[in-house]
Amino acid sequence: MVKKKNKKSIKKKAKSSNKKDHGIKTAREKMIGQHIGYRYDVNLLPDYNRLTPFLKKYIEHMGWDDLNWLEDVHMGYENGKPAVFDRNINGWVTTPPKLKLPKDQQDRDMIARELLIKFQMSSKHPLVVLKKAYKKFN
Amino acid sequence: MASIKKHKSTEMGLHDEVLTGRTQQVFFNPEEGENFFYHDAHKVDFNKRTEIDANNLECIDINRKINELMAKGYGTIVIKNPGSKHSIGVGILNKLNLIIEGSLGYFGIGSVDGPVVRISGRVGWSCAENMMAGKVVVEKNAGSCFGAAIRGGDLICKGSVGARSGIDMKGGTIIVGGDAGAFTGFMMQRGRIVILGDVGPNLGDSLYDGTIFVGGSIKSLGADAVEAELTDLDIAWLKRKIKVSEIDKKIDYKKITKIVSGKKLWNYDNLEPTERKGAI
Repeated sequence: MVKKKNKKSIKKKAKSSNKKDHGIKTAREKMIGQHIGYRYDVNLLPDYNRLTPFLKKYIEHMGWDDLNWLEDVHMGYENGKPAVFDRNINGWVTTPPKLKLPKDQQDRDMIARELLIKFQMSSKHPLVVLKKAYKKFN
Repeated sequence: MASIKKHKSTEMGLHDEVLTGRTQQVFFNPEEGENFFYHDAHKVDFNKRTEIDANNLECIDINRKINELMAKGYGTIVIKNPGSKHSIGVGILNKLNLIIEGSLGYFGIGSVDGPVVRISGRVGWSCAENMMAGKVVVEKNAGSCFGAAIRGGDLICKGSVGARSGIDMKGGTIIVGGDAGAFTGFMMQRGRIVILGDVGPNLGDSLYDGTIFVGGSIKSLGADAVEAELTDLDIAWLKRKIKVSEIDKKIDYKKITKIVSGKKLWNYDNLEPTERKGAI
């Protein structure tokens, strides 16, 4: 009985490591052992006809004329999962597992922008904790 | 998992480590209440206006005063007599209307994240260096390294700019109403540069990614910078962005040249010696 359990756990482990490596294809990715999330067109310009109501409200609140810095935000991938890059933490934020993404990259980018704002402005953002610990002056 | 065991870097003393990064689990609900500002941002009102006379103030005092006024809820701040002092208006991580009546010295409006800034005069080297978000409008000319390493936002100069504008930029948009100097977009990695006038030599040298649009003539292209086809989406974006930039100039959008990366330098290590000569 014990032996069988061990076999199963080994199989499971092998499967999970394969999953982790899923999508590592290029020589560069193989060398660094991780997926490069930069697998989308960084030069894709936003289609303003697809703005979500949340983003419209955000632009209005900030007093800007357009998406401003969010024009450079796109939906990418981290370990095979859809994710958006947060420049403030220098890391990827994966989308919630239940979230169903549209097929069109423009629509996906709008969702990425919305998710990133919510993450960055959240009181649970890692920078809030870091600031409390290391802030030198007011 | 892949490793760097057999790589040249091990000979240089690097140890075998899988570079998967650190995973940090943050429990965050994307459906939490609407909040458009950073956790500790000041709540400011654009209709609440005040002035700072910078005549007898050091730059550190001016910046401290801006912060104090934002904490009091002032959303529109006018700086009078800036006297081309250096490093004015740096590190503003808040929404704000900042109006500067005069010219700035070096490194003005650096590392900002959110404000809309209007400068009625000129700016020195490295204006809006490392800008994250917001809008900066310079009415006259700008010095070298305009928008060095910017990551986001709109940086506009209605006049002409010096050399190395947008050097090492990683996002955002730089718009120049006049001409630009040599090495514009040098080592650019992302974002967009729009020059409505002429550009000097080595445009987009060692361009990794990003797009450069030029309305006038180009003296010469730098290493790995190539011409690309202008799409309808590009033209629509340009029309909207020029409107945002408040530059009043008649533009023939079909005559704009689009420059992108040839992506030869992406695989520099794999290039044959003869190909390297061509790439550089």
